[in-house]
Amino acid sequence: MDETYDAIVLGTGFKECIISGLLSVDGKKVLHMDRNSYYGGAAASLNLTQLWERFRPGQTPPEKLGAPRDYNIDLVPKFIMANGNLVRALVHTGVVKYLEFRAVDSSYVLNKGRVERVPATDYEALRSPLMGLFEKRRARNFFLYVQSYKADDPRTHGGKNLQRMSMADLYKEYGLDAMTIDFIGHAIALHCDDSYLSQPALATVEKIRLYNDSLQRFAGTKSPYIYPLYGLGELPQGFARLGAVYGATYMLTKPDAKPVFEGGKFVGVASEGETVKAPIVVGDPSYFPDRVQRGGRVVRAICIMSHPIPNTDNSHSVQIILPQKQVNRRSDIYVFCSSYEHNVAAKGKWIAFVSTTVETQSPEQELLPGLALLGPVEEKFVEVTDIMEPLSSGQQDGAYISKGYDATSHFETEMDDVLQMYTRITGKQLDLESKDPRKIDGDD
Amino acid sequence: MLASDTGALQQAKLVLLGDMGAGKSSLVLRFVKGQFFDYQESTIGAAFLTKTMPEQNVKFEIWDTAGQERYHSLAPMYYRGAAAAVIVFDITNTESLGKAKNWVKELQRQGNPNMVMALAGNKADLADARAVTTEEAQTFADDNNLFFWETSAKTNQNVLELFTDIAQKLPRTSAQPQPSNAGITLSEPPQQRPQKSGCC
Ligand SMILES: Nc1nc2c(ncn2[C@@H]2O[C@H](COP(=O)(O)OP(=O)(O)O)[C@@H](O)[C@H]2O)c(=O)[nH]1
Ligand SMILES: [Mg+2]
Repeated sequence: MDETYDAIVLGTGFKECIISGLLSVDGKKVLHMDRNSYYGGAAASLNLTQLWERFRPGQTPPEKLGAPRDYNIDLVPKFIMANGNLVRALVHTGVVKYLEFRAVDSSYVLNKGRVERVPATDYEALRSPLMGLFEKRRARNFFLYVQSYKADDPRTHGGKNLQRMSMADLYKEYGLDAMTIDFIGHAIALHCDDSYLSQPALATVEKIRLYNDSLQRFAGTKSPYIYPLYGLGELPQGFARLGAVYGATYMLTKPDAKPVFEGGKFVGVASEGETVKAPIVVGDPSYFPDRVQRGGRVVRAICIMSHPIPNTDNSHSVQIILPQKQVNRRSDIYVFCSSYEHNVAAKGKWIAFVSTTVETQSPEQELLPGLALLGPVEEKFVEVTDIMEPLSSGQQDGAYISKGYDATSHFETEMDDVLQMYTRITGKQLDLESKDPRKIDGDD
Repeated sequence: MLASDTGALQQAKLVLLGDMGAGKSSLVLRFVKGQFFDYQESTIGAAFLTKTMPEQNVKFEIWDTAGQERYHSLAPMYYRGAAAAVIVFDITNTESLGKAKNWVKELQRQGNPNMVMALAGNKADLADARAVTTEEAQTFADDNNLFFWETSAKTNQNVLELFTDIAQKLPRTSAQPQPSNAGITLSEPPQQRPQKSGCC
């Protein structure tokens, strides 16, 4: 092990595996280590045995749940926007070959205490009880404007400068009422709180477009989301395989792996009495306790059930958004659900997650409005996680640290972090539009 | 990705397992491309190959380890959904048979229970340096329900035979009920539909 590398990566989370895959494709010599015996770090998908080890050490999962290995339970539940940057990265790198995806059945939103479907077609929109008829007409004009808006074509701007105009003012232009604004901002643009209202409208307009483009990306889907068979843990495994194909070395079960700094600069990683040298290190916050600070906290409940979530048309996979105002909070509550149809649970079982940003001293209580939607639950695990952020960019000390996984319902902010890290590390922008950088070998 | 009938051609994921240097990548390269290199560089860029055997109606999707066997860092994804596995050892290296035995155990624990498993005693051309007898390997194979071939990626001995044997032993899973919520092909270009006004 007294070799030197171009980069050492610590932790096999989703972000770290994308980075080590991309650096390897660039021809860099990469060593990637994890303290755990499995891939995925803080965002792994665990089987029941691993889940019990984490939450109920010393106990064993009850037999009525079926074979522990049939479960792949995400520690950080999120869905993937069908037309977002993660899908682009999967196609760009060819990692898509290693994975199988299915659409998420549908998306719902809590409105006046009722769970209503987020319309996926014009037809559904017309019948939706979410808005009155006149409001629908106003909303339609708003969406027409958003869909035709092109940043580089001023004729589509309708005389508005969205880089300056606030989102609140854009809503006002279309005369939308508070309920509609709440629905658009939280169930379509997928903002977690209302801080976006005073920000320039452009970012939110782009989020609404992403939602619509994702809804239309694949034929016949009723939600903008897709989700991999066997759970999100497949993502880091797929990108790690990309890295391995390009020569990266992967080592799991390195419980003592630790970055070493000299004079404030990273020099190598120590493990089992040896130090492996490299000019830079990339890793998740848990490997750099002195170089990170807490940004926020998220509380998540994992529930195992034998039924779909009530009032969701027996969906096998679904998201329900509880917009902050509907539950008297400052940030939204998210409910995710997937089932054996996505191979994340034994036959006949559903996994539901409820999560939100912590606002009070009793985080578990904050989940109650979401938990109340689930019906009877067989097993429940609750975890409060600090979202850690790096103190510096890494360009001084050579330590490029990812941000913890945030409370958002999808991977777009996580991909922003990955792409920014890649640029800080290499000085290059990653062009996700260019096709597969490698070719599939084969006989046909 | 289990063996499944798509029209006439059955697709089957096949994985290779075994000690570093046993000749996994060489066997694949010989089978898929008819090539052999004495100094087989590690498998950069070629960890996913396909080979169709028209006479058997089988298209193999072959996954090589990409070196992840080295520090026991192969991901569960690797054997997930595999219809067949070839566990390779080097007949000139006793230790490599021990490693092969561990892989068989691992597959029996983790793999799909209907997986077709073959044991390949590779480098059969190096008879002078043989360290594992045919009998010993055969006994182990019989005890574990594996079928066994002594192969040489170098001389092409029994390579085609090995893969043909696997192809013939694959369970034919015709008319499997399709799940209601079918898979999605991400690399497909965006669907061409007239632009809707959006979701509302
Ligand atoms: N003589 C001989 N050498 C082989 C044979 N198969 C592989 N090798 C050599 O063994 C070494 C390791 O092979 P490789 O395919 O990389 O093994 P892997 O690590 O299991 O993928 C290479 O130098 C090959 O040329 C064989 O059948 N006979
Ligand atoms: Mg190899």
